[in-house]
Amino acid sequence: MNDLWRIVIGLIVFVVLITSPVWYDAAVGKPSKLNLESPVRGKSCVLERERMRDVHMELLNDWRERVVRGGERTFETSNGEIYDMSLTNTCLDCHSNKDKFCDRCHNYMGVDPYCWSCHVNPGEVR
Amino acid sequence: MGVDRRKFLKIAGLGAVGLACKPATDLFAKVVLSEHSPLAGKRLAMVIDLRKCRQQDDCTACIDACHQVHNVPTEFDTAKHEVKWIWKDQFDYAFPEQDNPFVHKRFERTPVLMLCNHCDDPPCVKVCPTQATWKRPEDGIVMMDWHRCIGCRYCIAACPYGSRSFNWGDPREGLEEINPDFPTRMRGVVEKCTFCEERVVKGLLPVCVEACPVNAITFGDLDDPRSKVRRLVRRYFTLRRKPELGTHPQIYYIV
Repeated sequence: MNDLWRIVIGLIVFVVLITSPVWYDAAVGKPSKLNLESPVRGKSCVLERERMRDVHMELLNDWRERVVRGGERTFETSNGEIYDMSLTNTCLDCHSNKDKFCDRCHNYMGVDPYCWSCHVNPGEVR
Repeated sequence: MGVDRRKFLKIAGLGAVGLACKPATDLFAKVVLSEHSPLAGKRLAMVIDLRKCRQQDDCTACIDACHQVHNVPTEFDTAKHEVKWIWKDQFDYAFPEQDNPFVHKRFERTPVLMLCNHCDDPPCVKVCPTQATWKRPEDGIVMMDWHRCIGCRYCIAACPYGSRSFNWGDPREGLEEINPDFPTRMRGVVEKCTFCEERVVKGLLPVCVEACPVNAITFGDLDDPRSKVRRLVRRYFTLRRKPELGTHPQIYYIV
């Protein structure tokens, strides 16, 4: 049992490292604030703002299923407005500042959706 | 151990009951088949008039228009990496079953316009493991869901017409200009002609039909006896590509 102290020190280092994000958070305080740019035009989104924040990815999945596999093209909002179910032509039409809206939040959340590998950001088109 | 008289009668009786059920099962089979039969419902088809097409030497209006609208890349490192939705090739490649060493001189220099045949019995659909490609029962279009394609290329092997292309690299690198109204594809995805499904849904004709300067391409519903395509195939002798394979291709060629 000569190695007991080595093991204990190792364990302490391990626990400190694994909990370091918690200590870091406690030391630095609140997470940095996320500044998203509001759409340039368009007053309301296809769902309420809070809903959109939570479920926009599910909504987009649903849209793609309905457009590609179901042959539907239009989406009716709760107040009766009709929109084309299109990421490029509907979402990015209002949110034309993709880098300061979509990308900024996705980077902040550490997610990397690959929508734009195929779908075009109209602002970026050469 | 042998079968005794009693056992034999039992088995024979069961067999008779089974045979008596056959008309009923046939009835069900009919219902199921008619719902999914490729011959039921609207059937979009295309008639290509090669007589008009061959008057236009080296015309690529339909090909250019289609590839531009659908963001089909035009530049490749090697010919093997080519991506195409609609293309021209020589007569005996298009119709190998004609097997004529002395083809009429009219056809020697006739390039044949080829695209996805939107078969009634598409072999590509049968092999797709993810149902990324399927036949739409409402209009017969063989559709693709590029979100779902995993790039296994079974469909490329299955298609007897070479209508499908694989993106070996990022297709955006081979694009001079991107049409923002249509998505591009990504590396590792198969693509092909979709009969301009995105335009048909809006009541527009496919791009190639509109782009043709001599109206050599006609598009319509073959199930409608009054449609232009139906009248054309009734009036003229037409060829289809490799009909002996039983895929029931829906591109008809007036030669």
